[in-house]
Order: sequence, then C-alpha cells, then structure tokens
Amino acid sequence: MSDALQLRAQAETEAARFPALLARAENLAGAVLLGDHGRRRAGMGDDFWQYRPAQVGDSRRLIDHRRSAQGDVQFVREREWQIAQSVMIWVDRGASMQFSSDKDLPSKGDRARLMGMALSILLVRGGERVGLTGTDLPPRRGNAQILRLAEFLSDADDIDYSAPEHRAMIPNARALFVSDFMGPIDEVKLALAKAADRGVRGVMMQILDPTEEAFPFKGRTIFESMGGTLAHETLKAGDLRDRYLQRLADRKAELSELCALAGWQFYTHHTNQSAQSGLLWLYRAMGVSV
Amino acid sequence: MTILGGIGFAAPWLLLALIVLPILWLILRAVPPAPLRRRFPGVALLLGLNDDDTVTDRTPWWLLLLRMLAVAAMVIGLAGPILNPDADSTSGNGPLLVVVDASWAGAPGWARSREAGLVQLEKAAQQSRSAALLVLSDPQEPVFQAPSAVAERLAALQPNAWQPNPQMLASVTNMLAALDAFDTLWLSDGLQYAGQDTLIETLENKGSVTAMQGGLSPLAVRPATYGDGIVTLQAVRPDAGPARDVTLLAQGTDPAGNAAVLARVPTEFAQGETFAETDLSLPAELRARITRFTIEGHRSAGATTLVDDTLRQREVALIAGREDREGLQLLLPLHYLEQALEPHVDLLRAPLGDVLPANPDVIVLADVAILSPAETEALIEWVDAGGMLLRFAGPRIAASNVSRSEEDPLMPVRLRSGGRTVGGAMSWGEPKALAPFDEESPFFGLEIPEDVRITSQVMAQPDPQLADRVIAQLTDGTPMVTRKTIGLGQVVLFHVTANAEWSSLPLSLLFVDMLERLSVVSGVTQPTVEDLEGTVWMASRILDGNGQLSDATNLAGIEGPRMLDDPLGPNLPPGVYQSENRAMARNVVTADTVLEPAVWPLSVTVLGLNTARELPLGGLLLALALLILMADVIASLALSGRLHGPRVATGALVLVALMTSQPSNAQEVDDFALNATAELTLAYVLTGDTQLDEVSEAGLRGLSDALFFRTSVEPSDPTGVNLEVDELAFFPMLYWPVSPNQPRPSTEAYAKLNAYLRSGGLILFDTRDADLTRFGTSSPNARKLQQLAAPLDIPRLEPVPDDHVITRTFYLLQDFPGRHTGSELWVEAAPPDAETIDGMPFRNLNDGVTPVVIGGNDWASAWAVNSGGGPMLPIGRGFAGERQRELSYRFGINLVMHVLTGNYKSDQVHVPALLDRLGQ
Repeated sequence: MSDALQLRAQAETEAARFPALLARAENLAGAVLLGDHGRRRAGMGDDFWQYRPAQVGDSRRLIDHRRSAQGDVQFVREREWQIAQSVMIWVDRGASMQFSSDKDLPSKGDRARLMGMALSILLVRGGERVGLTGTDLPPRRGNAQILRLAEFLSDADDIDYSAPEHRAMIPNARALFVSDFMGPIDEVKLALAKAADRGVRGVMMQILDPTEEAFPFKGRTIFESMGGTLAHETLKAGDLRDRYLQRLADRKAELSELCALAGWQFYTHHTNQSAQSGLLWLYRAMGVSV
Repeated sequence: MTILGGIGFAAPWLLLALIVLPILWLILRAVPPAPLRRRFPGVALLLGLNDDDTVTDRTPWWLLLLRMLAVAAMVIGLAGPILNPDADSTSGNGPLLVVVDASWAGAPGWARSREAGLVQLEKAAQQSRSAALLVLSDPQEPVFQAPSAVAERLAALQPNAWQPNPQMLASVTNMLAALDAFDTLWLSDGLQYAGQDTLIETLENKGSVTAMQGGLSPLAVRPATYGDGIVTLQAVRPDAGPARDVTLLAQGTDPAGNAAVLARVPTEFAQGETFAETDLSLPAELRARITRFTIEGHRSAGATTLVDDTLRQREVALIAGREDREGLQLLLPLHYLEQALEPHVDLLRAPLGDVLPANPDVIVLADVAILSPAETEALIEWVDAGGMLLRFAGPRIAASNVSRSEEDPLMPVRLRSGGRTVGGAMSWGEPKALAPFDEESPFFGLEIPEDVRITSQVMAQPDPQLADRVIAQLTDGTPMVTRKTIGLGQVVLFHVTANAEWSSLPLSLLFVDMLERLSVVSGVTQPTVEDLEGTVWMASRILDGNGQLSDATNLAGIEGPRMLDDPLGPNLPPGVYQSENRAMARNVVTADTVLEPAVWPLSVTVLGLNTARELPLGGLLLALALLILMADVIASLALSGRLHGPRVATGALVLVALMTSQPSNAQEVDDFALNATAELTLAYVLTGDTQLDEVSEAGLRGLSDALFFRTSVEPSDPTGVNLEVDELAFFPMLYWPVSPNQPRPSTEAYAKLNAYLRSGGLILFDTRDADLTRFGTSSPNARKLQQLAAPLDIPRLEPVPDDHVITRTFYLLQDFPGRHTGSELWVEAAPPDAETIDGMPFRNLNDGVTPVVIGGNDWASAWAVNSGGGPMLPIGRGFAGERQRELSYRFGINLVMHVLTGNYKSDQVHVPALLDRLGQ
C-alpha cells in the first residue's frame, strides 16, 4: 500500500472523529457564551463606549456635536476597544493522557481536547484569533480555524509524557496549557520562562483521573506507565499511598507557584467532574484577565 | 480400628502424613504472592519510593496457618475418624430378634426408641448377624434377614393405637415355637400388659433377652363424663412420681368449622398420686363442639379421649304461631312445652329463619299453619338431614287449608276441615281418653293416667297409609299422634294443642314421658349389649398411635355387640363410629384403665435408650478442609490487592442477598391492607391489559377527585386489585372493565368474589361497548362478561327502574352516560311484591345494596383524568361532550353514595308520613 493511500485512510479515520468532538465542544461552548463581547475599555472599535468631557489635546474633530449641543460642555465620543487577541493552545497529546481508570470515565486526553476545543470555539466566537503553540497552526480567526484545530488536536503521540511546546510564541499573546503535568517539571519551567520572557500570560489546566488522586491500590503490584517505558514494583502498594499523595501535592504546589511567578493561573480538573465546571473556570480565567 | 482420645480411626497410618506439615510450612513461607501489573500514569511520581518493611514478601503467618489447617483437616479426614467408636459391641453372634411393642404408650418417645433399635441393628450388621423384626401390636411371622433390611422396616414403623392383647401374644408364641435359637432385643414402651410374662419366658428359652426402655412415662386421659353441667376429666400416669403439672385441652371446631382449642384446663398430679382429676364447666354451645380431649405436649392415642354424643344436650327450637303477648301466661301455646323441656335441653327462641342455620335437633311448631315456600323448603331439607319436626295442632291449623286436599310435605296426614269438639257445652258425648299404646308405637309401655281427657282435636282424613302413621289414638280410634319419616328425619303431629285448651295431656306427666320417647329430650346413657343388637357401626374418624385423627377408609362395618366387648386391634381401631344417627367413641383408655409400669424378671438385662451412635467424622473434616481452602482463595486475593473495586462489591452484595433473601410476602400483604384501609379506597380489577388498567386507574382517580371536591366522601388514590392474591373485603366497590382476552379468575378467586358480594360488596361491570342490552351477546365483551359472571352469585337483574334509589342518592339522574350514552344499566331486580303506595313518589324497593351493576358505557374513560387533573380522553363534541362527562361523574358519585349509604335515600319516602305523625 502506498504512503498516500495510507495517509488518506488515516485521515478519514481521524476526520470521522471531528464532528463528535466539534459538536460536543460547540454544545459546551453554547452553554457559556451568548454572543459577541468587547474588551470593556475605550479603544478602537465600532461600538459606542462612553461620552467624556473634551480635554486639552483632543482633536476638535473628535467632539460629538449632538451631545455637546445639549449643554455648555463639549463631549468627546469614545468607542469600545475591539482589537482581537491571539490565544495559543497546547493540549498534551502524550500516551499518559490516554489513561482512564473506569470505562464510564473519559480518558484524560479526551477531556483535555474537549476543554481546548470548547475554549477555542468560545474565543473564535468572541472574535479572538486562536491557534496552537509552535509552528503548526498559527492563530487565526473564523470558523475554518476551529476545524483545523480539531484536526490537529485529534492527533496522539506515542511518547509517555510530552513536554509543553514553547517555540514560536507570539509576544503579548495569551496561552492555555492543558496536560496532566506528570512528566518532567523542568520542561514546564522552561516553557513558562520563555512565555514570561515574551510577555505571554495564560492558564495551566491540570487534568487528573480520580484514581490518580486516590491511589486505591494494595498488595504486590508492578506499576507501568502507559507507554511502558517506566515501571515501578512494590510489595505493598497500600504503604506507598501517603507518600505518593504527598508527592502529588508537592507537584501541584510547585506548578501553582510557578504559575504565580509567571503571572499565570493554575487549576486542577478531574475527569469525574463535569466538563462544564472546568470550562466555566477556564472561561472566567481567560475572560476576566483579558 | 485404632482409638485415639475417644476417636477411632479406620486408617490410622495415614496420620503419619501430618509429619509433612512443618516442611510444607517452610516451603510455603518462601513463596510470596504473585505481583499484579497495572498501568498507571502516576508511576512517574512513584519512582524512587521504597517499601518500608520487607516482611510481606513472604506469605503472612495467618495465611500459612490457614493452609496448614486445610492440609491437616484433609489428612485427618482421609484417616477415617469415627466419634463414639463402639469397642465392646460384641454382645452375641447368633440371629437377633427385635421385638417392638409399638403401642400408643411409646408414641411420645418413639423417635428415641426407634433410634436405639436402629443403632443396635447397625451393630448387628457390623457383626454380620441376621435379624428379624416382630411387632407385638401387629404380629407377623418374623423372617431373619440382613439387618439393613430390618432397619428399613423399623425406620418406617409407626406406633399403633392399641396395646398388644393376649390373642396377639398367643399367636406370637405360636410363631416363635418353630424358630431356632436367637437373642432378643425388646424395645419396650414401659407399660405392663397381660401376657407379657409368658412371652418373656418363651423368649428366654430361645436365648438371652435384653430390654430397652425409654425415660418418658406415658400419660393417658380417661373418657370424659358429664353431669350437672360439668365435664369431669381424669388423667392417669403409670408411676406415682413427684408432682407434675399437665394441661388438658378441649379440642373441637370453631363456628366456621376449623379445628380449634376450645378450652385449656390445667391440672396437677399430686406427689405420689397416679390420678389427676379436674372439672370443666363450659357453655352448652361450646361443649357441643368438643370432639376430643388431649394432654398438651403429649401426643399419643392414650392421651387423647374422643367424645361422642354424651356431652351434647339436644337443642330444641320453639316456635309458636300466635304470640299473644297480652294473654295469660298459662294460655300461651308454648308454656307447658317450656316447662317440660327446660331442665333437659337447650331451648332456642327465635324466628324460624334464624333458628335453621343453628341446625337444632328438634323444631317445635305450635299451631303454625302457613309457612312461606322458602321456609318450607329449608325445613324439608333440614328434616331430610335428620331433624325432628314436632307440630301441635290448634285453632289456626283447624281453620286453615293446610294439608286438606293434598298431604302437606310437612304434615304426617291429611286433615279434615274444622276438627271436632267432644264433650263441650254445645256438643254431644264425653271428653275422650287415650287408648293404650300399640306395640309398634314408640310410646309402648307408658302408663296412661286416668285423668287425661281430650276435648278438641283435628281429625285425620282416612288414607291408605294412615294406619302406619298413627302412634297414639283415642279410645274411639281417632288418631291422636301421627308420625311420618322424611329422609333421616321425621315429622310428628300432636292432634291437640300444646297448652291445656284442647286437652289435659300437657298437664300430665305422660306428656313429658312421650316427649322423652320421641327423643325430644335426650336420655343419652351408655348403651348396653341389648341396645346394640342388630346394629352395624361404621368408623367415621379413627385415631392413630400418635393421637392424630384421620378419616376412616376401607374399614369393614362392625356389629353392635362387638363394639362394646372386642379389644381394640387392627380391625377395631379406636375412633368415632356411627350407626344411623348415633355416634359412639371407642377410646384406648377406658374409665377403669390403670397404667402399670412394665416389670422385668432379673434374668432380663434392661438398658436405657441413650446409646450414642457411631458418627464418622471423615466427611465433616474434608468439608472443613474445602471451606478453609475457599477462605484461603479469598484471603490470597485480598492480600495481592485483587480484591477491591466494584466487582467485589457486586459479589458481596449477591452473597448477602442470597443469604438474606426471605420472601417478605406477609409484609407486602400488610402494606396492601394498610393502604387500602387507612382511607376509603376505590378499586378496579386488574385485567392484565396495561392500557385498560391505566384508564381504569385514571378513571377512578378522576371519580375520587370529584367525590373529594363535591361530597364528604374523601377517597385516597385508587388501587388495582389482583383477584387471585389480594383481599377484597377492604373495598366498598370494584370496577371491573371487561375485555375479551382477560384471563378467567381461578375457583378460589371466585369463592372470594362470592364472599365479597354476599358481605355487601358491589361490582360495577363495564363491557365498554354500549350495546349490551340491544344486541345481547353479540359483542365479544358481552360474551366475555357472561363467561366471567357465570360462577358468581348474582341475583335476578332488571334494567334500572325509574324509581331505583341509585337515581337519587346524591344527584337526580335519569340516565347514566359514560363515554357512550344510551345503553341500559342493569341492577338487582326489585322484589315482585313492591308496590306503589298512595302519596309516595317511589316504591319501597329492595332493602340492600345491589350486588352488581352492569352496563356498557365505558365510565372509566369518561372519568379518567391525566396527571394534571384535566380530562384524559375526549368525550363527545364541545359543550355537549362536557355535559356528558359531568353526567357520568354524577352517575359515579351516585353509585358510590349508593354503596356507602344503601337505601338511606329510599327511607326518605317515609318523611311525609313521619312529619304528619309529628303534627307538623
């Protein structure tokens, strides 16, 4: 079979999942946002924002004569700032994200993609430009971008723990990292450092399975990573619980601290919670700070 | 067999395998449980975490112990351990004859003595002896065979209700004479009886004799005697031991005919006494229902004494045609009868209709001429079943046309019109005296006082059978008392009055004697041989050794004299025997029975029954090993962490559910009753058609709401009723929609429905096809209705008349529409004699609630409301449709009101009359 044919078949398979992801994401997004919104400050744009008394230095052409004719003071009409923002999204595609402890629960990766897509849809509807970190898909506007995003997000990597993509960050843009952040923390540090350097601020969302929070294991067990590269054997899994939970708490605290330093926000979302609650937090975190 | 510490082992060398246990311990200890592989992304955080203690890589000690126990149990189990090994069971090697009394006295301890016999037979089997069984109370030729075969027969043996009698023992002696030497094991019941000594001698001639005798001493009750309203009971015991309390139970039937304990009498054997006597005073009604007396907690034929007619007083119903309340007492028609009967019988004074269900022995009709057809029929039925109807003549009979041209079924003879008067002021002749009684007459031998004179009488018409029917006549040959038999019973007519108006007979002692001869007054005494000559007695209920009564089948009739003399046996078991209309009880224990403990000669070894049985423990231990291994599986799983998660929870749940799954049927029934009775509840019959049932439910809910809003009837939610299971008595009415394919109720369900209808319930049948009347059975629903209603006890029906009470119980209605209009409504027909009274708008119709209402207007659909309270189904068109729905609600309300208030609105017709009387 030629490469082209294989690619085609693969693409069809992948494409088959778009509508579902898209539809779910649209659905989720529809619950949050009911229309366009501005930047809530005066600036360049079409919509009226406020009248303010004319000050020294204002060009005479800016004076709104209809308002000013009602009294002795001259008013200037200001418009709402409606410049679009660029938002870059990175969703972890590593093998560790394929984990799901129960057949009724979605995998972490599933939830992460859903979050990424839903936020993208919200942002695109709000008039922002959305893209992926790195050079694959630079931020653009419009509904076509959502389809492209869906296409890229559906890919999965084989590596166990993938690191945040930090190349080609657009200065002063916004960013969203979604991952379980179980991999080496140095990569995260590096990415955040580069982002801070370029004035990029954003949100880190950690997605965890309830099992990873609870560690309900006992007895002699060999734990393996999803890709099989890492393994750890214990004779009494139950004894490890406290120390594992301590390490997990440490990891969260470290990530939280890193974010605070870089001016980012950090949130942990579990796959057994509703996607809506996670998206609401995400929306607020992105929206309020913008 | 080797015995270690009281336990014998069949294969003791196998126990050597126990030495392996310590080695096994060491091996098992070194093998840790296998690890479990798990995918877990959090492993990155686990890297570098070491286990704290390293002990658990070995199997924990308790798991090891469990496994050791399992192996040990298996080894010991295979070694064949036996509890209570019988080392000294070498009591003989010849054939063994097991002799069993098997009489009622052994019944209470039968299980134990049979067990002891089986143990001995098992021993005999181990020693390869042959054995035979000889039942003394039912002897058959003993055959020596393998002990296991004998054990089977012994295990199935039940004690007989009689003791071995001398004839049986004599035949036993004959049988034994022909046999070779054998040893004897005698399972004795502990009572001495005639002929026992001879039998012991015979047996000792053949070999050694061992007797086994239980500790339970038999108790017995002597037949109850009755005098002066008090029943005297005597309990006896064989040995005068310490004081002992026993409770005597009077058993019989309750009014519904079910077995019940009617009275309990505690009594006490005083110390050193073998008798305990107690008195029991019961109302006559209760006393008549006693069938037997037993000792509580002591089941044997001896501790049961059956009761025949001796405790029963006859019930006589007195009914007079003319109740002259204001007349002189001495002129009352029944006064002399009452005086004569009072001391000897139970008198019933009530209307005929009320008396008949009580089934009295005698009914006296004093000058009653006319009986309604229903009463006549009931009376004939009652006489036919053995009742005695005693009639007296009087002015009314003389004036009536009863039995004039044709013989009345309830009169022995035809009567002439008017009667005659002799020796009065306006007539010729002297008052007549009674002629001496014939030999065929039941009064034969009674002395006739000189002063008995008859002045008036009714005259019999000469008929061919007249001569046979006369049992007393006057000196001039005119019949004075006549009698005829109907079925098992008889009708007797005194041609004079029951008071002294027509004759002086009621004033004389002869009157009482005649009544006694007619067995109006019962003189039940113990019958003598002469009394029983020529009678044949059939057993009706017989008693088995355990004191259980059963119906007698396939028993030959017994001649009267034998009933008194013959000893009890297979051909004459104790029980109740009947001949014609007399009953007689043969009891195991008679009034002079004395129980004596068995006496054994010194040469006989007497053993107790408490021989422990050998108990092989092998199976038990192997089962224990299996159980431990199962526990080991669970423990191993738990230890290796595989025992968590939903699967285990499910398994545990299933296990718990299996162990605790008790049918909570009683609870459900209680809940149903509570729900149905907490408030008034309308009910519908579940037809099995879901849609139909839903409409019925919604319909009754709509009707309940309408009742709630408009009337003071406030029903709770309607209930569906499963005719097979649910109790119907809680519901005032049932709505029964008829669909062609609903199942027919079972016979029990029909019995329940009939009881429901008789006790005042109402069923509203709805064929839902609106054409029941016009096209008869053409519709499938109507045909189904006929099938469904055929077994029901439904009276004659008619279309609702205009003045039926259902047309005015709440609303004034003239038609009864549902979803359909026009079809007629059928209710119980009015009595034929209902007439319109002047000035009353309505006839005074039947007195109760009609048991069924049948129609086809599909009322439930018209009443049905959805969950929001709005109508569920459309009715008609526009306002007319709504009006129709309203009228159907009104019909429903009227119907419920009719069920709940009966003919209350009917009674309103008397209001004008009442007001008039009050002068308003």
